[in-house]
Amino acid sequence: MSATVPPPKGDPATQDDFLRRVRPPEWRNPQPRQPYDLVIVGAGPAGLSAAEFARRQGRSVALIERCWLGGNSLNSGSIPSRAIIRAAQALSFLRDEEDYGSMAFKRPATDFSAVMARMRRIRTRLAEYHSADRLRNQGIDLYFCDARFAGPDVLLAGDTPLRFKKAIIATGARPKPSDIPGLDRIGYLTSDSIFDLTELPRRLGVIGGGPLGCELAQAFCRLGSRVTILQNDPRFLPEVERDAAELLSMSMSRDGVETRLNTSVVGARMDGGDKCLDTVNDDVKCSIAVDEVMLSIGRVRNVENLGLDAANIDFDPARGLDVDEFLRTTNPDVYAAGDVCDWHHFTNVAESSARMAVQNAFGAMIERPDQSKIPWCTYCDPEIAHIGIDVREASRQSIPIKSFTVMMQDVDRAITDGQDDGFVKIYVRDGTDQILGATVVATHASELINEISVIMSAGIGMRRLATILHTYPAQSDAIRLAAVAYLNNQNATSAGR
Amino acid sequence: MQALHELTDGALLDRLQRGAFAYFAENTNTRNGLVADTSRAGSPCSIAVVGFALSCYPVAVQRNWMSRPEAAALTLKTLEFFWHSAQGDRPDVTGFKGFYYHFLDMQSGRRVWQCELSVVDTTLLMAGILTAACYFDGVGDEQRIRDLSDALYRRVDWQWARNGRETVSQGWKPECGFLHYGWEGYNEATIVYVLGISSPTHPLPAASFAGWTDTYQWENLLGHDVLYSGPLFTHLFSHAWIDYRGVQDGFMRERGSDYFENTRSTIAVHREYCARNPRGYEGYDGDLWGITAGDGPGDREMRQDHRDRRFFGYMSRGAPYGPDDGTIAPWAMLSTVPFDAEAALRGTRHLLQTYPQVCSNDRFSSGFNPTLRAQEGGWLSEGCYGLDQGLLVMMIENYRTGLIWEITRNCPVIRAGLTDAGFTGGWL
Repeated sequence: MSATVPPPKGDPATQDDFLRRVRPPEWRNPQPRQPYDLVIVGAGPAGLSAAEFARRQGRSVALIERCWLGGNSLNSGSIPSRAIIRAAQALSFLRDEEDYGSMAFKRPATDFSAVMARMRRIRTRLAEYHSADRLRNQGIDLYFCDARFAGPDVLLAGDTPLRFKKAIIATGARPKPSDIPGLDRIGYLTSDSIFDLTELPRRLGVIGGGPLGCELAQAFCRLGSRVTILQNDPRFLPEVERDAAELLSMSMSRDGVETRLNTSVVGARMDGGDKCLDTVNDDVKCSIAVDEVMLSIGRVRNVENLGLDAANIDFDPARGLDVDEFLRTTNPDVYAAGDVCDWHHFTNVAESSARMAVQNAFGAMIERPDQSKIPWCTYCDPEIAHIGIDVREASRQSIPIKSFTVMMQDVDRAITDGQDDGFVKIYVRDGTDQILGATVVATHASELINEISVIMSAGIGMRRLATILHTYPAQSDAIRLAAVAYLNNQNATSAGR
Repeated sequence: MQALHELTDGALLDRLQRGAFAYFAENTNTRNGLVADTSRAGSPCSIAVVGFALSCYPVAVQRNWMSRPEAAALTLKTLEFFWHSAQGDRPDVTGFKGFYYHFLDMQSGRRVWQCELSVVDTTLLMAGILTAACYFDGVGDEQRIRDLSDALYRRVDWQWARNGRETVSQGWKPECGFLHYGWEGYNEATIVYVLGISSPTHPLPAASFAGWTDTYQWENLLGHDVLYSGPLFTHLFSHAWIDYRGVQDGFMRERGSDYFENTRSTIAVHREYCARNPRGYEGYDGDLWGITAGDGPGDREMRQDHRDRRFFGYMSRGAPYGPDDGTIAPWAMLSTVPFDAEAALRGTRHLLQTYPQVCSNDRFSSGFNPTLRAQEGGWLSEGCYGLDQGLLVMMIENYRTGLIWEITRNCPVIRAGLTDAGFTGGWL
C-alpha cells in the first residue's frame, strides 16, 4: 500500500479546492497523544462517520488516511457516478423533448469535458463537509500516511506509533483486478479510473454486469459512447428481482446498450488501434473491438499490508476481515466497519455500521447491523431500489409471502411526468398485513424506497398505510395504491368466503 | 361463405379447429412423421410440434378427419423414426441420452442449425408420445405404438439433464455441454418435472420440483392474485396435456388456487392490461389481447405520433411487465377457451371482425401488429407456426369434449408424476 497519491484531474482552480479539502498539500501530521481512545484506519464514509461520532462523544480520535478523504463514495463511487448519470439523464430528456411539445433542443450534442468538469465541481463542493480543516477543528487528529498494526494496541501512522484503547479498520474495498489473459497488457478502466477520462470513448466495452457496471454503461451510452456489456451470468443483474432486472434490461436496450449475457471474455489483445475482447457464449466464439474497456466484476477488500497478524486479527484475503455480529474482529479491541467487512458496499451501510462499531467499542455490546432493513438502489434509469426480504430470501427462510404490485404506468403522476416505466412491489407476510420488504423500479426509486424504509421501521402495516394521505398527484402514491390493492384483495377474499 | 365472426360458437370452433389441424396434413413428412416448425419454405422440423401433432391425431380420429388406422400408422411411423434415429454425442445426430435436438432436418431427421438438445421440447414430444400410447389401446400397430412409446420414454435420461444440480438444465450442445438459460420463476416447464419424476429408469428426484417452485412469486397484479409469468403460452403449454382443475401442488395448496385457476387469473390480467393499454398500441382492448411468445415485425425503431416506437422480431412477450411492442398472437385468445370461454370467444370474434386478415384459410398467423403500418392494416407474420396450430387444436378439443385431458388423466406416467411432485386433490 503505497502512499503515492495521484493528482486529481480537472481545471486547476477546482483541483486546488478539491485537494485543499481532501488532502491539503501543506498538511503536517499532528503530534500524537498517547494513548488515543480510538484510532481509525481509513477515511471513507465509515471512517469519517466513526471519527465524527466518537468525537461528539468526547473521545480522543486519530484518523489515518493514505490517499484522499471521502473514500470510494466521494472519489470513485456514488458521487461521481451519480453526477455523470444525471448529466446523461438530462441529455436523454432533451432528446425526448418532442414528446413534451418542444422542438428547441433536437439532438443535443455532448460536451464530455463539461460533464466531467461538473462532476469534479460537485465532488469538490461535497468534499467541504468532511474537509481536513473541519476534521481538525472538531479535534480529530488526522494523519495522511500509510497505517499498519505494530501490536495488539498500537498502530504505526507512517513511522509514528499511535497507541490506542480501541481501533476501527475502515479501509474499504477496491475494484477486483482482471484475471483475463492480455487485459492488463492492453489496459483497462475501473470505477477508480473511469472518472479520470478526459475524452468520451467512442466504443466502451463493460466487462461484468453488476450495478455499477450497468449504471455507467447506460450513462456513457446516453452521453454518446457505443456500449457493450459482456457478462458471464445468463441473467441480467442476477441479484436483482426478476421483473425489475427484465424491465431495466429493456430500458437499457432501448437506450442502445448492447448486453451480451452468458458471455465470457477469454482474452484481450490489441488489433491495430483497437482493443479486442475475445468472447465465448456457449459454443459461439466472437471478438469485439472497443476503444476503452471498463472492468466491473466486483470488489476485493483492502486487508493487505495492514499488519493484521501483529494485532492477532484473523482475515482472509478473499473474504476480508472476520467480524462477529457486533462488528468486532478477533482482537477484542479492534472493530471493523464499511466495505472491508460488509458485502453490501453501500455508503449508507458503511456509515451506519461505523456508528455501531463506535457504540459497541465504548459501551455495551448492543448494536448489530439489521440486515432486514437496508435500503439500496441501482442508479440506472429507471432506478431499481430494494429493501428487506425478497422472494428468494423468503423462500430460503420458508416465509410465505405475497407481493402487491402497482405498475407506474397506472400512477397518475408518473404518467403526467412521462416517467411511467417501473413498478412498486411490496412483499407482505402472507395472511397478515406485515410489510417484509419492497422492490421499486421507477425514475425516482431511490426516493420512493425511503418512504417504505420509514414505514417498515415504524412497523406500519398495509392496512394503516392505505389510509395515510399522500399528496396528489405524486409518484409515491404508488406505495399507497399497493396498500389499497391489499385492502381490496382482503375485501374480495372476505366477500368470497 | 359466411364471415368467421358471424358463425355460431360451435361452427366457429369447428372451422378454426379444423383449419388449424390442416396445418399438419400440409406440413408433415409422412415417411418419418416429422412436422415442420413453420409453413415457410425450407422450415426444419421442430420436435415440440411433433409432440403436438401426435396429440392432435386422436382428435382428428374422433372428429372423423382421419381414420383410426391412418392416424395409428402415421403415429407409429413417427415413433419408429425416433426409436431408430441416431443417438450419440456426435454433433450431427438426432438425439442424445434419449433427448432430441430442437430442430431436425425434415428428410434426414438429423440436427440442423447447430441447435441445442432441448429438454423442454423433448418433454413436449414425449407428452405427445405418451398421449398416443394412452389413446391407441388396440392391437397391431396400436400395440406397437404402446411398446415404442414405453421404450422411448424409458430411454430419456432426466437425471443426466440435471447436470448435478437440483433442477433440470434446459439444453445441451456437443460443442460446449450444458447451456445456462438462467430460468427463474414459473413458466411452461411444469410438465418437464411431471414426466421426469415418474421415469422408471432415470427419474428426476421428487424434490427437484419443489426446488423449481422455490423461485415462484405469488403476486397481486392489476387486481388479481396470480403466479406471474409474462407470456400467455407459459400458462397453456403444460395445461394442454394436464387437467389442472382441482389438483394442487404444495405452492397452490397454500394459496388456495391451482394452475387452471391461475391461467384464468392470468387471462384477466392480460385483458385488464390491454384495456388500460398504457403504451397506446393500436387495437388493444379488453377484447383484443394475446401477448405471448411468437413472431414479430423484426428489430426496428421509428417515430410515430410524437413518440418513439420499438419493435422486435421473434421473442417472448409478456404483460404487464413486458416486453410489449404492440404485437399480439392472433391464436392466443382462442387457445384459452377451456379456461375462460366467454373471454376467448368474445376476443376472437372481435379480432376476426376488426382484423380479418389475421386468419386466412381458417388458420391464424403467428403474430400481428396493428400499430406498425397501421394504414396498411398492420404487420402480419408470414405463414403459420406449428406450435400455435397444435395448441389450438388441443385446447379447442379440451373445451369441446375434454378429450386430451381425459386421455392423460388415465396416463400412468402423468398420474405418478403429479403425485410424486406433491399434487393432490381433484381427479387425482
